[in-house]
Amino acid sequence: MFQIFGIPSQALFGQLLLGLINGSFYALLSLGLAVIFGMLDIINFTHGAQYMMGAFAAYLLLQHLGIGYWEALVIAPIVIGLTGIVIERLFLKHLRSLDPLYGLLLTFGLGLVIEGLFRNYYGSSGLPYQVPEALQGGRNLGFMFLPNYRAWVIVLSLTVCLATWFAIERTRLGSYLRAATENPVLVRAFGINVPRMVTLTYGFGVGLAALAGVMAAPIYNVSPQMGSDLIIVVFAVVVIGGMGSIMGAILTGFALGIIEGLTKVFYPEASNTVIFVIMAIVLLVRPAGLFGRSV
Amino acid sequence: MEGVIDPPLLARHRETNWSLAVAFVVMVAVFAIGPFVLYPVFLMKALCFALFACAFNLLIGYVGLISFGHAMFFGWASYVTAYAAKSWGWPPELAVLGGTATAAVLGIVAGSLAIRRQGIYFAMITLALAQMLYFFALQAKFTGGEDGIQGVPRGRLFGVFDLSNEMTMYLFILVVFLAGFLLIYRIINSPFGEVLKAIRENEQRAISLGYKTERYKLVAFVLSATLAGLAGSLNSLVFQLASLTDVHWSMSGDVVLMTLLGGLGTVFGPVVGAFLVIAMQNYLAPFGQWVLVIQGAIFVVCVLLFRRGIVGELAHLLRLPL
Repeated sequence: MFQIFGIPSQALFGQLLLGLINGSFYALLSLGLAVIFGMLDIINFTHGAQYMMGAFAAYLLLQHLGIGYWEALVIAPIVIGLTGIVIERLFLKHLRSLDPLYGLLLTFGLGLVIEGLFRNYYGSSGLPYQVPEALQGGRNLGFMFLPNYRAWVIVLSLTVCLATWFAIERTRLGSYLRAATENPVLVRAFGINVPRMVTLTYGFGVGLAALAGVMAAPIYNVSPQMGSDLIIVVFAVVVIGGMGSIMGAILTGFALGIIEGLTKVFYPEASNTVIFVIMAIVLLVRPAGLFGRSV
Repeated sequence: MEGVIDPPLLARHRETNWSLAVAFVVMVAVFAIGPFVLYPVFLMKALCFALFACAFNLLIGYVGLISFGHAMFFGWASYVTAYAAKSWGWPPELAVLGGTATAAVLGIVAGSLAIRRQGIYFAMITLALAQMLYFFALQAKFTGGEDGIQGVPRGRLFGVFDLSNEMTMYLFILVVFLAGFLLIYRIINSPFGEVLKAIRENEQRAISLGYKTERYKLVAFVLSATLAGLAGSLNSLVFQLASLTDVHWSMSGDVVLMTLLGGLGTVFGPVVGAFLVIAMQNYLAPFGQWVLVIQGAIFVVCVLLFRRGIVGELAHLLRLPL
């Protein structure tokens, strides 16, 4: 074993890996927030609860229907995404012409309702979820031990993030989406069903959160409050990156995860707060965020 | 876009002040009779939160800034007051002053960061800063971590009034609440307050008229933070306790709920909202997590159906400012 800056390499790389894992979730969640914000002009406060619902969906599928991780990875985001579509049709649709702060208040309230319901039925303690068989164990890379499941989470998160970026920035559908973000009235005049696009966008963003939830289930325990603390950190990530750019959201998410991991090695007391401190510094230096347009 | 408040009501504001005077007299009368009918501790808690909600309303109702981090001012003021009264043996008036001053300083720091962005970013920044201060409170030695600071002595006010007497304590809280309430009313009806409303309605236009809106927003933020801190300081003396609950984000959510339910930008709305929410939390406590569900549902219903809040709807119905 060798040392780097007086820190055993195992510990350093271990925390870096943890940081990358956290970064995977930050990236997926802030990506979802950015996509939703782009189309709906609201910040989705329910996002944390929807991430939690994704994890619970995986847990319940296994408990009650015997459906395993791989199927859950597809089913949970679709089901939770559908609940998102219902939420958009039932509630958010009516807020279009109002001050954006109402969207914030409504989604905050919805988050409380969902979290409260889950706490009622499943208590506050965490429920375990097994790592799928194919990804159990790990491999020794010489300088560190890499659990297979964690490697999978990072790869999958990167893939989904990049695919989303590609879909929005490089495809025809994505160009409609970007156009509708800029000027919905004009895009509607061209015969594109913008309200339906808004609904589907919300469903997609929610689906991303649920996917993150399924991926998180084997790493963290499944619990009703797993989303609420995480989402506050993700908000800070979003403030740092700025919501103007899809790639910005992804990069900021991963970078901050890594910084958080490194902080755990060198100054563990600050690991909870380092992202907020960075947010404060970014606000002082670049108020619009690293990738943001000034808002 | 529809603003937070009815513009016609604003225009009528100056003409009819008698409805406000009547409502104020009714409110004071209710508080005077209150302790003979209800538990003084319940009333004192409600008064503290009413002041908290009024302070919050100053920001959202009159400047249009939604802070999701007001728990940091409430909670940290509560910690400082509790620590000063218990460990340093400060008399209650100084302890409360110390807590309030802490909130003011925090308000300057958090405010100058948060006003660099607008709208929903403002909400996210305040929430994130409050979460940071929550972790500080969790890790700091003097806050007592999970236990909080317990057994805070209420002491003797100005060395004369014994605050361990519930009635004396109630009067003290009531007087401070009324002073805070009137101060806020004075602020929103001053020339300064008019500029705040102008910023809420159209910030660009206010800037083009030559107002340095950033400064106005910062001053409003600090005032709101300071008064929220005052409420937190009082609360820690009432319960003789400062704990992590006071700095948690759910506390920030509670004060938003109180103000929304009572009526954003109304004078009496936050007071009504605070009493309703505190009463609900009290009476529904045995039902556990349902409180959370009901609070969330109230948010949804308010936003979809009663955007003016209870007092706001009443004012709209009676065509009077309240």
